[in-house]
Amino acid sequence: MAHLQVDPPAFFRRGPSPLARFALFGLLSIALLFLDTRFRYLETVRQVAAVVILPLQYAIQLPQRGVAYLGDYLASQRALNDENATLTRQLVAQGPAVQGFREAQEENARLRALLELRARYRGAATSVEVLYAGHDPFAQKVFIDRGADAGIKPGEAVIDAQGVVGQVTRVYPSVAEVTVLTDKDHAVPVRVERTGVRSVLFGAGAGRPPTLRFMSPNADIRVGDTLVTSGIDGTYPPGLAVAQVLSIERETGQMFAQITAQPLAGVDRSQHLLVLEQAAALPPRPDEPAEADPAMKAGKGKRRAP
Amino acid sequence: MVLPNIPLSPAGSDEILRPVRPWFVIATLATAFVLNLMPTSGVALALKPDFLALVLLYWCIQEPRYVGVGIAWGIGLLMDVGDATLFGQHALAYAFLAYAAEYFRRRVLRFPLWQQAAQVAVLLGVCAALVLLVRHVGGATLPRWTYAVPPIVGALLWPVISVMLQWPQRPLRSRAGL
Repeated sequence: MAHLQVDPPAFFRRGPSPLARFALFGLLSIALLFLDTRFRYLETVRQVAAVVILPLQYAIQLPQRGVAYLGDYLASQRALNDENATLTRQLVAQGPAVQGFREAQEENARLRALLELRARYRGAATSVEVLYAGHDPFAQKVFIDRGADAGIKPGEAVIDAQGVVGQVTRVYPSVAEVTVLTDKDHAVPVRVERTGVRSVLFGAGAGRPPTLRFMSPNADIRVGDTLVTSGIDGTYPPGLAVAQVLSIERETGQMFAQITAQPLAGVDRSQHLLVLEQAAALPPRPDEPAEADPAMKAGKGKRRAP
Repeated sequence: MVLPNIPLSPAGSDEILRPVRPWFVIATLATAFVLNLMPTSGVALALKPDFLALVLLYWCIQEPRYVGVGIAWGIGLLMDVGDATLFGQHALAYAFLAYAAEYFRRRVLRFPLWQQAAQVAVLLGVCAALVLLVRHVGGATLPRWTYAVPPIVGALLWPVISVMLQWPQRPLRSRAGL
């Protein structure tokens, strides 16, 4: 019995068969993926294409933003009054702290000058708004409404009122892409506020709390400790709140403790963010010290007499 | 005067379809692309199917001479740029989709509409699995179980899309012939 014929007889010349075409394009796709992940050769192509696609995305978003604006405009009078009263109360409550802060800042500056420490970071900040979250289910990214035209550069830290949200990774003419700190393997140098122990917080993907890797089991850290940025490496300015320790597992026989932390900022909720300008460049790393003693080395290389 | 009929089921074997217009194919693909890029959040984001894959699959099955592996690959590249993801992941997945559509098209077209939807679910699922494989090899974490929902939603939309996209090709019905 003849099997079911799927392809028609080749009466017409139609070029290479579908399988050959798929093989060609499959290999081409793999080559593009390789180039993109390893060598990043295709960034310029992406920038050029983004010039066309991003305005289209913005236009698509306009109805949604229009509806949101209308919703805000029509919010009830009572809700607005309540919010107003709460915010005024909070403002008044923070009054003493704000008034004392400036004095504390000046005292701090004097003490640091005494100890000849480098001046703390006090750079510019740009306030931005989150446009939309990235589509990709594999990466945690958000898009903000300022880009190269507002002076945003890749690598700048992004924070909200409660703490660090992430880092700017790509900048387009009028939009920028921010990688949130929960993205897999996104690293933030932190230190424990209470004790000053330094470590690095790595993101672990969507829905999972970030982890502190490579902490020794006898490090002085407790559940509930606040982690702040340590400012090492110059990427994140020092002193910004990052996360709160959630759980610590110290198992005998393990080299490192398993520590997870809950980010303090609303990483998937915040609407209004602040982009901090990068601090002044750090001095270059000193070279490794030269080899110790050339004479000793010559002695080691002496041949034995046969 | 000739009247178009509003169909609720695809053309039976007794209807002769009018030829498809190229601008219609391009318009539907562009609309699907725009729908894909529409920003959504929450439940809508978890349920949103890959409209472009669905429309592309329809045209690959119905008009393999117009939309083939090469065009599907190019459309996949456009989708990659629009999504700002790895260059080539959607291209690979859509090229595979076009190849599978061309291979299985006669088999798929023989079945009634809802059984076609089941086969479309499998094809879209393999397409999504390819994207997952590529990202996993590249170092991303595995997503949650909700990643499997969009292909199923897409397959549920298949009957609607099938009838809607075939509508301009339906023969016109003259008043006298009613």
